[in-house]
Amino acid sequence: MLHLTADDRSLLDGAQGAATAMAMRILVGTAEMLGADKLIDIASVHVDGCLYHGDSGTLFAEKLVNAGGQVRVPTTLNVGALDLVHGDRVKVTPARYDMIRRMMAAYQKLGCQPSWTCAPYQAGHRPAQGQDVAWGESNAIAFCNSVLGARTDRYGDFLDICAALTGRAPHTGFHKPENRRARIVVDASGLPAALTAEDSFYPVLGTWLGATCGATVAAIDGLPGPISEDRLKAVGAAGASAGAVGLFHIVGVTPEAPSLAAALAGHAPEQTIRLTPAMLRQARDRLSTGATVAGQPIDAVAIGSPHLSEAEFDALRDLLRGRQVAVPFYACTGRHAMTAIERSGTRVVLDAAGIIVIADTCVVVTPIMKPGGGLLMTNSGKFAHYAPGTVGYDVVYGSMADCVESAVAGRLAREESLWR
Amino acid sequence: MAVIQARAVITGTGAGRVLRLAQALSFWGDVDPYTGKLTNPRQTWHGTSIAGRVLVLPELRGSSSGSAVMLELLAGGHAPAALVLGRIDAIIGLGILVAREMGWPTIPLLELPVDRHERLVDGAEASVSVEGAITV
Repeated sequence: MLHLTADDRSLLDGAQGAATAMAMRILVGTAEMLGADKLIDIASVHVDGCLYHGDSGTLFAEKLVNAGGQVRVPTTLNVGALDLVHGDRVKVTPARYDMIRRMMAAYQKLGCQPSWTCAPYQAGHRPAQGQDVAWGESNAIAFCNSVLGARTDRYGDFLDICAALTGRAPHTGFHKPENRRARIVVDASGLPAALTAEDSFYPVLGTWLGATCGATVAAIDGLPGPISEDRLKAVGAAGASAGAVGLFHIVGVTPEAPSLAAALAGHAPEQTIRLTPAMLRQARDRLSTGATVAGQPIDAVAIGSPHLSEAEFDALRDLLRGRQVAVPFYACTGRHAMTAIERSGTRVVLDAAGIIVIADTCVVVTPIMKPGGGLLMTNSGKFAHYAPGTVGYDVVYGSMADCVESAVAGRLAREESLWR
Repeated sequence: MAVIQARAVITGTGAGRVLRLAQALSFWGDVDPYTGKLTNPRQTWHGTSIAGRVLVLPELRGSSSGSAVMLELLAGGHAPAALVLGRIDAIIGLGILVAREMGWPTIPLLELPVDRHERLVDGAEASVSVEGAITV
């Protein structure tokens, strides 16, 4: 039974205007469906509903604007369906372009920050450990819960903006401490150090985690730390696309797992899985839908899901070593990192190498790549999962170094020795 | 004729032929928001349209953008006539609540345990009452 406070009721009654009342009705209806006992205050919101899936979403956002809606807590925006920096990147009809543009404008009018990134946590939006927030976008949810230790559940599109307009969210799921403890222990201590030292290990780990544990919270034990945030974001993004991972712990690394006992909150694990290289090999193979024959031609490379950080751009620059790519090479990011690489001079180097920098959006959510399909290479577990369905390309997964070498040659080149 | 009582999570009325799917479905990725067609080639019912059907499913899975797809289906007139789920899904329900706020047609959302789906035979004419009774 949902209990509403006097403040909640006054919002419902329109004390803060028609838009807030509408948001509150949607919030209350959803909280009832979720079986929540109450609504709670939230400190910030990350809105995923600003990605265009049809005109209806634009009309919804504009209705909130016309009713005078303004967010009550700091709110960032996920990717939109346009690259507002490079106007000619996205190929849609003028009518659709207009509806997407209107949608993005409406969310800004509601007071959301035009961050346009799926990595808001690297663009300055970093709630404190233990803080309740309402975040959308699966990779951002996983990062927020796991790496920041802030608390968000997994809500549907539109609930995010309703939470922002009211400052409230249903008290369910990962907001409750008892749902945050690990139920499964993953013993990774038997993995070779050479494997866990590689960037390309982490999306594979996430893919295995998503496919094996799904929404059940796991604690991964025995991985050498520290682990960079870029690697942790890769685990969460792959996990949240291969399965419904919303929270994971890495013992000695993530904030709610200073020890295995802490991650389990004193309980015995329901299951313990000893992770082997063979299991990871299988997960890695699952990330490729295309033939993985060395030397076969590739048609494109896409990286940056989640959006690339400045450090990842620097790594790309160093791997290129002044060489030119022979196939379209898309690098997706937000303005936070784009501004940084423009300032540092890295952008000029990447442009000269033929890298196509995409800002504000990414290649799997909106038409950017040449239609007709082909073979796409990526170092992103999330791109590998979604690209076959959304852009119609077969994919091959490899490390960033594999992607660069393949793009320079125009042919698939992967370092296989680690995975044998 | 049989009457099966389900729990009405979002009330409304609707009638159409039953489309019963044995597998879970993700509205984002498996359903074309502009036509209602099932687009995932891995689904048995690939190519079938859910528009106007009494859609019966064990459960929904996948993306949190399911609510956006549901809203677009309702706005464009390609939604099912009613949705009967073995386990309730707040994300899809959210799409229906938003449609109601927009003044667009909505559909009933019902919860009915999977072990009682058997009588909802695929292709049979069915209607849903405000109280959540399904007549087949």
